[in-house]
Amino acid sequence: MPKLSLFTKCVILFAAVWLFLEFFIGGVWSVPLPASVIGMYLGLILVAILVHVSVEDDRFREFLRPIKETLADDKRRTRCTVLFVLVPLVMLVFTFSKVSTKAEAPASVRIAHPAPPDELTYGDKVIGPIQEVENPFRHLEKDDKDAFRAHAENGRRVYYQNCFYCHGDDLDGEGHFAHGLNPLPANFQDPGIIPNFQESFFFWRISKGGPGLPPSATPWDSAMPVWEDYLTEEEIWDVIIFLSEYTGYKPRTFGEAAH
Amino acid sequence: MRSIRNSSKNRLALLFGLLAIYLFLVVVPVAFTQDATDTEYRAFPKIGSRNAAWIAAQLHLLFGSFILGVPMFAVVIEYVGMRTKDKRYDKMAQEFIKLCMGAFSTTALMGGVLVFVLIWCYPKVMNKMTGIFGPTMIFYVFLFFGETFTLYLYSYGWDRMQGKVSKMWHLFLGVLLNVFGTAIMFVSNAWLTYQTSPATMDSRHKPIPLHNEETGEFIGTLWQAVNNFTWMPVNIHRLIGNVAFGGAIVGAYAAFRFLVAKTKEDKAHYDWMGYTGNFIALCGLIPLPFAGYWLGRDIYKFNQTMGINMMGSLFSWLFIIQAVMIGVLFIGANYYLWSGMTRIKGGEVYARLRPYMVGIIVICVAVWMTPRTLIATAGEKAAMGGPNHPLIGYFGLMTAKNTVVNLIILTTFLSFLFYRRSGKTPAVGWRKAGNIIISGIFGLAVAAIVTIGLIGFKVETDFRVEVLTPVQVLIALAVLILVTAIDLIMYRKAMRSSDINWGQMSDRSQYVLILLAITFTSLMGLMGYARSGLRENWHIFGVMPDTSPDAFTPLLADAVNVIAVIIVIFFALVGFIFWIGLWGDKKKAKLANLEAGNAVGDD
Ligand code: HEC
Repeated sequence: MPKLSLFTKCVILFAAVWLFLEFFIGGVWSVPLPASVIGMYLGLILVAILVHVSVEDDRFREFLRPIKETLADDKRRTRCTVLFVLVPLVMLVFTFSKVSTKAEAPASVRIAHPAPPDELTYGDKVIGPIQEVENPFRHLEKDDKDAFRAHAENGRRVYYQNCFYCHGDDLDGEGHFAHGLNPLPANFQDPGIIPNFQESFFFWRISKGGPGLPPSATPWDSAMPVWEDYLTEEEIWDVIIFLSEYTGYKPRTFGEAAH
Repeated sequence: MRSIRNSSKNRLALLFGLLAIYLFLVVVPVAFTQDATDTEYRAFPKIGSRNAAWIAAQLHLLFGSFILGVPMFAVVIEYVGMRTKDKRYDKMAQEFIKLCMGAFSTTALMGGVLVFVLIWCYPKVMNKMTGIFGPTMIFYVFLFFGETFTLYLYSYGWDRMQGKVSKMWHLFLGVLLNVFGTAIMFVSNAWLTYQTSPATMDSRHKPIPLHNEETGEFIGTLWQAVNNFTWMPVNIHRLIGNVAFGGAIVGAYAAFRFLVAKTKEDKAHYDWMGYTGNFIALCGLIPLPFAGYWLGRDIYKFNQTMGINMMGSLFSWLFIIQAVMIGVLFIGANYYLWSGMTRIKGGEVYARLRPYMVGIIVICVAVWMTPRTLIATAGEKAAMGGPNHPLIGYFGLMTAKNTVVNLIILTTFLSFLFYRRSGKTPAVGWRKAGNIIISGIFGLAVAAIVTIGLIGFKVETDFRVEVLTPVQVLIALAVLILVTAIDLIMYRKAMRSSDINWGQMSDRSQYVLILLAITFTSLMGLMGYARSGLRENWHIFGVMPDTSPDAFTPLLADAVNVIAVIIVIFFALVGFIFWIGLWGDKKKAKLANLEAGNAVGDD
């Protein structure tokens, strides 16, 4: 077997990374990655390869040798011809796959967590500046454990009466209705949701739902209902407590940890 | 002789300077005679007021950053030259300051244009701002004079003040120049940070508004307005950023001179200069993410909505682009260091480790670049079970990103360490032990940083932000300091088995230097848009709404176009200044030849 050239090795590495992302991560280990992500990672691998081969002059020359040979060497005529047919063909297929019409909504970059308004309201009632409003029952966690547990229990009731159809019985966004919805219901088990926002943020999202999304959160197609029409203020605060108690994630606070 | 040599450059500087002064003279009376209350806005023809102010401000800022950054390291290099009695350092510092001089008048000119645009297009805003900041603006003018005079003295006195005592004075001038420069920046930062965060803070670092809620009237003191919520974080961020930017631009200058150099000596000189520029840029780049982190944290604390807009909403894609660019910077800087090892015999030993280091950096950059909400079609989203991937979704979280940034920084530091060691053998007996200790420090630090990063997924965000992330940063910094100290002692009396063959660099590495400068510039343009855009439709956030037709926040795609125009203008101007510098040098070379000829003739 002839020794592989540096160029071939690099091509193999590149292909291996692609296979790894597409089939190992996207199949064996976990669920498929979006094409945008795979493209990004492959771009990085390409950069890495080029960086490595081009630092030293010798290695770079060695890397380029097969390319030069293919293009200039008479002995490599057939290889050159085959490539000259193959490469445009691949590009053709690629372009076609990109521009052909598919029966699928195009990729969208929906803003999942739009910035809330400055003021928190329930119906028309103003509760206060969103940054300062705290869950009125949160202090019970320290002051009165039983009362706090009662609120969490009430939250559990609210959740399983109203929310789990969409957000799932394990709060993981896998409710019965979830598969028919786009955007999908929030997955509260995801570490990027509850810890990153204050309770007032969740109060806002729950009370105003999809119709209350701000202008930046286009295309406003969320199925999340407007719960202030159905739940009391207390029930909303309780269900927030339940969300954090069940998942173990604490909503965002500011400045307490340092004290 | 010198007057002839510098005359073309001087004349140009004079021309620009006069233009700047002229603009000021036109602008200031206009500013004071205007009855600003009846006109709120005037439209700038063709491109619109916002774009005009944007372009002028960003160009002013880029040039300003350069002329404030360069003196900071020029003084240090001059000092090194004095201590080591190595004339080359002195010459290089002087060359840096010459570039600075070239850019100085352009900076003033751009500042003039900016003031002109602002007063003409936004009279009401300027009226409000002068109402609050009036005294600081007068102070600013004084500082500006101070800066100008010290810079002229520092630059023109360079050759004259070479005696033992006068050199000390000259260094003092350099320090003074930096004091003025830093003060100028701090003062002007007060104005713009105030627009973003018009609030002071209480002892628990909670924002207190400085305006009457009903009337919008200013109720604070001048100092409170200056020392507003984001003032210090922006000051520090820009101070460090200026060093990095200055280093990158002089690096690009050196690369350009390297590429056009004809002689071996010139190549060697500019290679060395490019190396220095890149080194300086790296010194600035390494602490920059930390400073940015502090700024981001304070923006969240000032206003959560603004924070969410920045990181999670309106501007979140901008931060992905930012991550890509910072990735380019780190990969590029490492590439340059690795290329540098090829000019030292003995660097090959370390080249074997390079694939692993490339691997680490690229994986870390990949994590850093992975957005929280992925771009995916409806089908892909359904396959993932949501907009976040169950596995790489974790990469989108801040704790992952902070972890990989620290790892990238440590790897870059390792590259630098290898570079420094190439071709040297330490003369101390505890060589082996020293290396084991250094490897141990690296190993422990990496383990600790990764562990803390993993813990970060589990804990309360407040705890992570206030405790875990700072600890990670401290660990990385501790490694930098500790290892540098050990390494310095180990290699103090090292034997140089081979010299650095300055000038033996690939052209590719020089293009990387230029790429770095362009990336830095783009990054600053992009973040300028973020900093300003965060206010959304407010001139002064929450106090004075923007009611002009330009009040909307431009789309990222449109913003990037404007930024691209700015970058092109900036490099056209910088290229012009460099090119003029080349003229002077050509003349110098000719004169030197003539002199040499005469000398021969005299014999
Ligand atoms: C009809 C289905 C449906 C029901 C029922 C439902 N939701 Fe939702 N919810 C959604 C969808 C879809 C989203 C994601 C889109 C969005 O952010 O608006 C969402 C988002 C949310 C969010 C925002 C999460 C984030 O990441 O910012 C919260 C909080 C929430 N739901 C809480 C609740 C609570 C509490 C209930 C029960 C009282 C509930 N939801 C019931 C569909 C539903």
